Amino acid sequence: MEKINKHKKPSSYIYKLFIYVALLALAISIIIPVAWVFMASLKKNSEFIGGDVSPWALPKEFFVQNFVVAFRDANMGTFFLNSVIVTATALILLLLLALPASYALSRFNFRGKKILNIAFMAGLFVNISYIVVPIFLMLSDANKLLGVDFFLNNRFILALVYASSALPFTVYLLSGYFRTLPKGFEEAAYIDGCGYFKTMTKIMVPMAKPSIITVILFNFLSFWNEYIIAYTLMDGNDTLAMGLKNLMAVEKTATNYGIMYAGLVIVMLPTLILYIMVQKRLTEGMTLGGLKG
Amino acid sequence: MNRKRSERRFVFACLAPAVILMVLFIFIPTINVFRMSLYRMGGITNKQTFIGLENFKTLLGDKNFLQAMQNTILIIVLVMICTIILAVLFAALLNRGTFKGKNFFRVIFYIPNILSIVVIAGIFGAIYNPSTGLLNTFLKAIHLDGLARQWMAEPNIVIYSVIFALIWQAIGYYMVMYMASMAAIPPDYYEAASLDGATEIQMFFKITFPLIWSNIRTTLTFYIISTINLSFLFVQIMTNGGPNGNTEVALNYMYKQAYTNGSYGYGMAIGVVIFLFSFILAGIVNKITDREVYEF
Repeated sequence: MEKINKHKKPSSYIYKLFIYVALLALAISIIIPVAWVFMASLKKNSEFIGGDVSPWALPKEFFVQNFVVAFRDANMGTFFLNSVIVTATALILLLLLALPASYALSRFNFRGKKILNIAFMAGLFVNISYIVVPIFLMLSDANKLLGVDFFLNNRFILALVYASSALPFTVYLLSGYFRTLPKGFEEAAYIDGCGYFKTMTKIMVPMAKPSIITVILFNFLSFWNEYIIAYTLMDGNDTLAMGLKNLMAVEKTATNYGIMYAGLVIVMLPTLILYIMVQKRLTEGMTLGGLKG
Repeated sequence: MNRKRSERRFVFACLAPAVILMVLFIFIPTINVFRMSLYRMGGITNKQTFIGLENFKTLLGDKNFLQAMQNTILIIVLVMICTIILAVLFAALLNRGTFKGKNFFRVIFYIPNILSIVVIAGIFGAIYNPSTGLLNTFLKAIHLDGLARQWMAEPNIVIYSVIFALIWQAIGYYMVMYMASMAAIPPDYYEAASLDGATEIQMFFKITFPLIWSNIRTTLTFYIISTINLSFLFVQIMTNGGPNGNTEVALNYMYKQAYTNGSYGYGMAIGVVIFLFSFILAGIVNKITDREVYEF
């Protein structure tokens, strides 16, 4: 064995060098731009404009004022709160809807089960970008029909649309997990006098905890980052991502770069923190099934 | 008997809310896409007139739409090829290499996938800025001024700038997926091959690649569907189709016609065409990549 290694040495040295260069090149192309945005968010506007300013220079001082302005004058504080409300509501709704549905689909036999399974699978193939305009029209028609101004620009409705759009994949994931649990648990619970509902909430749902956490992580990211549905349905009650889109358009023409980059940091910081805490779980969970459209 | 009935009631209560919402927010809108494509719908009065396939006929002569389709196809092909090559390469390097920092690289490479598309568009705005952008100032610093470009404004370059952002975003996601299927390959295959004197490159082409082929094939459909969607999200923020339609993509054109212009019927006809196109393309790709699968 040793002999082979010795024999291989020069070529394997070059090979190793190649590996490191390739890996570092990609890593740098990701780290530098992201880190640069953090740095730029602390710069004064005068450090962006002018003939002799270099974008690579460090900030002269930590100009935290950018964040204050972004939060207060550019409304990012309100949008942040809206995003928290919408994301949390959508996650709660999603779990309340998907857990019972996947449990019933995977653990009971009833008429029409096959059709429902196919329906949920078919839902996987519908991409939200195609149907966002019909959803908008449906909600605006509902407004006209009832003579109210309720269905559009409503955070709860937005959360409901988010939860519904995530249903097919979540049900697919959770029912796949429920199917792997042995039948004995429920039988034991029934013999002990537990009803159907209690068996589900007290015995089966707690056992699905690992899958539930995966569902929460992925959908937190997708709800928090989503902007095209929010952009179409909301007008005023902006979420953070769509607020950032507007901020970017405004600040670019007004060349207020510092505030724009502060906005970018405000949107991505929560997801980065979450990712660093749970990255192992996230990338492992991803391989449970191909995710994301 | 009573138990049977209460079981049925329980199952119904569990499923009804989810099914109702899925019908309301997924199935009805989907059916509406197809139905509305057969109508002319006025913006203000919202009058609906049935016109059959008239929208599709208009579509065939619409130069903007044809350009958008061309761009979409170019983006799908380039993103698919580049991302597969890079993602498989990096997955193989991280999977087979024995060196420090493997986990560090895996964690870093996945970061673009957790960022909002809006954030990524903002980051690439900073990279591509002609005067103070990271790319042009970097090229100046290494004395390659000649390569500096107006990345977001020159008609023949701008679409490649968008494609680069799409690839940057996608590599980590597919890499993690390929790594998972590479990790399932039994290590003794590599041991046996290395005893026979095979190099790492030979092992990659003779062992790794054939064994993850079926996984790669599955992801081809993912690439088609997700690139159509993501190219829309990127373009909508980064260029909105400009300059002069050079980066217009199919779904963005649909969104513009339907949402911005209020020509709902025409917009939905575009949606129908893209939907069918993605299905047919996925079918064709599936067919031509169909070959004997090696298993382990």
